[in-house]
Amino acid sequence: MTTTDIGPNTGPRETVRRPSRFLRNLSPKIAMLPLIFTACVVFLGGTLWTVLYSFTKSGLLPRLSWVGLDQYERLWSSRKWIVSIENLALYGICSLIGTLVIGFTLAALLDRKIRGEAVFRSIFLYPFALSFIVTGLVWQWILNPELGLQNVVREWGWTSFTFDPLNNPEIVMFGLLIAGLWQGTGLIMCIMLAGLRGIDEDIWKAARVDGIGTVKTYIRVIIPMMRPVFVTSLVLIAAGIVKLYDLVVAQTSGGPGISSEVPAKYVMTAMFGGQNLGQGFAASSMMLLMVVIILIPWAYLEFGGKKHG
Amino acid sequence: MADTGMLNAAAAVTQPLRGTLAAGPRGPKPKNKFSRSNIIIYGTLFVVALYYALPLYVMIVTSLKGLPEIRMGNIFAPPLEVTFQPWVKAWQEACTGINCDGLSRGFWNSVRILIPSVILSVAIASVNGYALSMWKFKGSEVFFTILMIGAFIPYQVMLYPIVILLREAGLYGSLTGLVLVHVAFGMPINTLLFRNYFASIPEELFKAARVDGAGFWAIFFKIILPMSLPICVVALIIQVTGIWNDFLFGVTYISSPDRYPMTVQLNNIVNSVQGVKEYNVNMAATLLTGLVPLVIYFASGKLFVRGIAAGAVKG
Repeated sequence: MTTTDIGPNTGPRETVRRPSRFLRNLSPKIAMLPLIFTACVVFLGGTLWTVLYSFTKSGLLPRLSWVGLDQYERLWSSRKWIVSIENLALYGICSLIGTLVIGFTLAALLDRKIRGEAVFRSIFLYPFALSFIVTGLVWQWILNPELGLQNVVREWGWTSFTFDPLNNPEIVMFGLLIAGLWQGTGLIMCIMLAGLRGIDEDIWKAARVDGIGTVKTYIRVIIPMMRPVFVTSLVLIAAGIVKLYDLVVAQTSGGPGISSEVPAKYVMTAMFGGQNLGQGFAASSMMLLMVVIILIPWAYLEFGGKKHG
Repeated sequence: MADTGMLNAAAAVTQPLRGTLAAGPRGPKPKNKFSRSNIIIYGTLFVVALYYALPLYVMIVTSLKGLPEIRMGNIFAPPLEVTFQPWVKAWQEACTGINCDGLSRGFWNSVRILIPSVILSVAIASVNGYALSMWKFKGSEVFFTILMIGAFIPYQVMLYPIVILLREAGLYGSLTGLVLVHVAFGMPINTLLFRNYFASIPEELFKAARVDGAGFWAIFFKIILPMSLPICVVALIIQVTGIWNDFLFGVTYISSPDRYPMTVQLNNIVNSVQGVKEYNVNMAATLLTGLVPLVIYFASGKLFVRGIAAGAVKG
């Protein structure tokens, strides 16, 4: 508004238009306030706040007394954190491979123009509608050593059969994996199926004319063509893995001992259970770092590549 | 026959395996229904379907048995004597800590969280999507990008700052606070959904309304909103299942067990260490908690798939 009397060059029209330019589009700006608040204050502000406070000595309450990287040093010398990271790596790799392989195989089988496709699809996908808590509790019951699957197989006559992952620290992560795959593969199957449906029928005809077998066509031709679908799936699975928390809480509560702890649970315990905020902030900042490491190559491939091309 | 390309694939679904592929010079081979590849395909699908269907079956069967029968028998065996007692007990009497009024409390808490959260988030997301696709202003894309990046940040990073924000607003521990958290975290995916949907609406429609002198809200309520019913349903499905299934926010932002949502209460009931483990009651409680999203899933059919596919393209 004060620009009105800057100089003779500014005509009267300009002076009227300038403030109104902001006002004219005021409605969308007001309407977007919740979004602007969420994006800038909650997401961006919250993230920066946590990273900032991870360099402080915060205990019961957050306070700004700097300790440099002390929290991170403590974090990485904590046995529980190391176990959490190892567990997440093991679970993550198996889950990534398992979900992609099962998801794609199921999608490919369903894409073979079979009868009852809709029935199979809804059976494979329904677990995805259920929460991780429900998933964890059901599988905890099925994997119950005295009354569950192990018992049934023993009753069938295989008396030495042992499958008790939830009480065996060595394989507890696989117990979680069985449940995690059950819950999550349906989604990836759906995405893969959509990808397969988008592939031109002519490709299949060409492959048949050339006498290439079905399996070989999938591996050599179809999968390379579905690269974007695989990348999307990969990002989705990876983002889900880092968040792994509810399933562990419901199925094993981190046990036996600390053998199925995961980073997200470490954060929660430090922040809300142990009154050890600094550790919680440092651990969650490490989780953020993991996501960044996963996402940057992907973002580069997806968006960086397009710009150059 | 079906060589009109993939657009006809849907119509050709019922045809046998190679029927559509073999439109070569010699025409399709006569096909044996029990060919080796068909047996492999159906066999694999059937076995895998068993793995997926089993937990639901076990949940139902266990919840209908009496405790002695569970201790004696086989987890997969159907109940010899059907009893609904575990369901009644899970709903009315199951204990969490000192409260013994069952899951019903959690159920009603979840409903009280769900309804305002879903309405608010769909309302806000539709307005956001509308503003982002038709009323772009300087910086609007920047805010949107920040919001979408925020969707990938692990929730744990933002949990504590939100505790502070809610405490400052006097909402920490209350259902209202949790509703706001759900609205915030549901915003990226739903805004994206609406933005992409509105981007496909022809611009002429919007311009014509502008020429007629309609403003931001008039266009939204009179033209855009009536057109967006299908996408609203998709957003609704995403939000209802997402909020109903939430555990992390419920356990973080609700301070008193009286107000815990159903998932949190369920976990407390089943994983409580005291007392005899009543597996039938636990499974009835688990099934009760899963019922709402399951009903939505089976009732909505293709829309559910569309919703999650929309969620999938957010990357």
